[in-house]
Amino acid sequence: MSDVQKKKFVVTRFDPDKDEVPKTQEYTIPVRPDWKVLDALNYIKDEVDGTISHRWSCRMAVCGSCGMLVNGEPKLTCSTPLDEYGDEVHVAPLSNFPVIRDLVVDLEGFLDKFKSVKPWIVRAKEKAVEEGPCRQTPEELHAFKQFSMCINCMLCYAACPVVANVPEFLGPAAIALGHRYNLDSRDEGAAERNEVFRGEGTVYECSYANECSEVCPKNVDPAAAINQAKLLAVLDWMKSFVTPRRGGE
Amino acid sequence: MEVFRHDIVIVGGGGAGLRAAIAAVEADPKASVALVSKVYPMRSHTVSAEGGAAGVAAPDDSLEMHFKDTVKGSDFLADQDCVDYFVEQAPKELTLLEHWGCPWSRDEEGRVAVRAFGGMTAKRTWFAADKVGFHMLHTLFQTSMRYDRIVRYDEQFVTKLLVDGGVVKGVAALDVREGTMRAILGRAVILATGGAGKCFPFTTNGTIKTGDGMALAYRAGIALKDMEFVQYHPTGLPGTGILITEASRGEGGHVINAQGERFLVTRDYGVGQKAELGPRDMISRAIMQEIAAGRGIKGPYGDYVHLDLRHLGEAKIMERLPFVRTLSKTYAGVDPVSEPIPIRPVVHYMMGGIDTNIDGATALPGLYAAGETACVSMNGANRLGSNSLTECLVFGARAGIRAIEFARGASVGSEAPLLAQAQEEATRIEDLRGRRKGGEKIAQIRREMQKTMEEGCGVYREQASMHESVRVMAQLRGRVSDLQLEDASKVFNTEILTALELANMVDVAEAIAVAAAARRESRGAHACSDYKARNDQEFLHHSLVTFTPGGPHLDRKPVTITRFQPEERKY
Repeated sequence: MSDVQKKKFVVTRFDPDKDEVPKTQEYTIPVRPDWKVLDALNYIKDEVDGTISHRWSCRMAVCGSCGMLVNGEPKLTCSTPLDEYGDEVHVAPLSNFPVIRDLVVDLEGFLDKFKSVKPWIVRAKEKAVEEGPCRQTPEELHAFKQFSMCINCMLCYAACPVVANVPEFLGPAAIALGHRYNLDSRDEGAAERNEVFRGEGTVYECSYANECSEVCPKNVDPAAAINQAKLLAVLDWMKSFVTPRRGGE
Repeated sequence: MEVFRHDIVIVGGGGAGLRAAIAAVEADPKASVALVSKVYPMRSHTVSAEGGAAGVAAPDDSLEMHFKDTVKGSDFLADQDCVDYFVEQAPKELTLLEHWGCPWSRDEEGRVAVRAFGGMTAKRTWFAADKVGFHMLHTLFQTSMRYDRIVRYDEQFVTKLLVDGGVVKGVAALDVREGTMRAILGRAVILATGGAGKCFPFTTNGTIKTGDGMALAYRAGIALKDMEFVQYHPTGLPGTGILITEASRGEGGHVINAQGERFLVTRDYGVGQKAELGPRDMISRAIMQEIAAGRGIKGPYGDYVHLDLRHLGEAKIMERLPFVRTLSKTYAGVDPVSEPIPIRPVVHYMMGGIDTNIDGATALPGLYAAGETACVSMNGANRLGSNSLTECLVFGARAGIRAIEFARGASVGSEAPLLAQAQEEATRIEDLRGRRKGGEKIAQIRREMQKTMEEGCGVYREQASMHESVRVMAQLRGRVSDLQLEDASKVFNTEILTALELANMVDVAEAIAVAAAARRESRGAHACSDYKARNDQEFLHHSLVTFTPGGPHLDRKPVTITRFQPEERKY
């Protein structure tokens, strides 16, 4: 490594058995010019301080494990180049989540919200395998594809000002994924999901800050999903006065 | 100690584990299934698969063609009854995924589209652009949420199989969040923990791929089968090892050397007319030979060659290979629309794994395995690209159904001996926590293991270096028990996880090296420089490695050949 450069990392540490509140710890380490933020954390873990805890796996921005705040912004650390930062880089756990330890946050709340939108195909009668695949035109696929790209990395929850104030808010990823099924030509569960969306703490809580779409590393555009979901939930509600409810019953 | 009770326990929440869980609850409306994973299921490494999943769909294709391609690709080491079952089930399983919402790419009429892949004579690879593993995993995970009888144990690391009276009856698991051990009991257990690419320094695999299930079974006395066959994917990014999908070649990409020559066309590397669509073992060897001949390009992470997609044009790249474009830009600093991508062969997949029969059943009653961690075997000496995602579905479903059938007929028996074992395991893990008295650092042993495995069991292998790998792994197995750990805390202690994973990898790596050194021939991915020819007379058999306190024990098992007699593997 001829072009060895050093950087200081200020990492938030928290062990619930020892610490009342989170503290920070500094590490100055050699870095390579092509490193991502995650590479530096892994170097610290392997060579400097084995007690630091963070989640990561694929290091190719698709497993969604390594979301953290880098200099205060929600980032996937495995795809965030270190050279975008100066000599000092702050790494902290994602905001708006309870912290379990160091850089590890609690995802259980999200998983409950996620399940509540029924993120699976709902059909009155399930199609038999023998009938073969459904037809779905490229246009029909395009209608929902973008919203199916969510990797559950939670950056949108960390960025969302509504989640910060109303922790029960269903949140950007869960709404986008529920909406994704509502838009799928193979699905018949929109009525059930729209009922969820019309409940408290869901689509109407959104304040259009658009922060979720700005931090999304996969261009899912959850803000657009929330807007569309809101409109469809209202239309569905109005339609329910005119026509009997479709769906599971 | 906390104790949880279910009908079956599945270890691993990737493609095979999730499919097994869904199959089990659908087969038995009362079944209670524990799904135990060291990560949240959507983080499982299935997520990183890119190119597609094979299953006959087009009118010009047939099950027989898929069968023959797979057997030939395996260099005749696949069990042909397994391959038959696989190709027959493949379209049904992929159709099920379609019904569950997988966003398969479509043709203009709305039919599922298929693309070309290496070693396949017809287009039969189903795809969702180039994020197939991601979409399959999320479809399976989201569909699994429908079933309340699938009870998830997320971020729980299984450290031991609980066995009593010669039957498996559950697992001991470390709850990473709490730092406590628990017993999760069931009348059958399915291991679906994926591969072990992290035994090597340069791999497409995520950091979680540490051979955990293989090591669990191995230590319980179950043989690991065909471990010498390690697949190098021809096209990984230098340095990181990030996968650039074979679909890049399926869609028409070229592999070129420093002179811009398409050497798979201009030189004889055994791939014939297939050129870039040859099987992975052959293309990886061709690239290594080009580099050895000085026709590679020098880079900071060693020599490499180029994958050229420029002639495909931006529109096709954006429609079919958008992820490849993003990965190339983010991790190699090149835009494939205007520049070739630097690539070199990289460890990708373990053809070998836990020895099972066609049902996924192992020699230990009640224990099943599916997916990459298993060797049923349908991949033989070389797996064809896009067969493994489908394998997770086909054999995951079968193992799920067979395991729940087994559980129905099995009795619970006394829990006392199981809980005693789990308690012993709790003591062992507790001793490891913050173990300052040890003398070895995790990262140091891991580096030595990875370096030795690359040198001894790479694309090309020599007897001397394979034996050296065997020697070093035996030594590392001893040294792993002298680890020094700094973190004495309980909550989310990842250091203890890393230590346990390292011990798993050393066991698996040793099995790989031992099996490799014993196979004195070249077949599929096992290219032995001292024995360049395939030798059916002596080596047309599976190899089995069994754990004994004195070291690994080697054995062999016949290959099932039904109707496709071994012939010279030429394309």
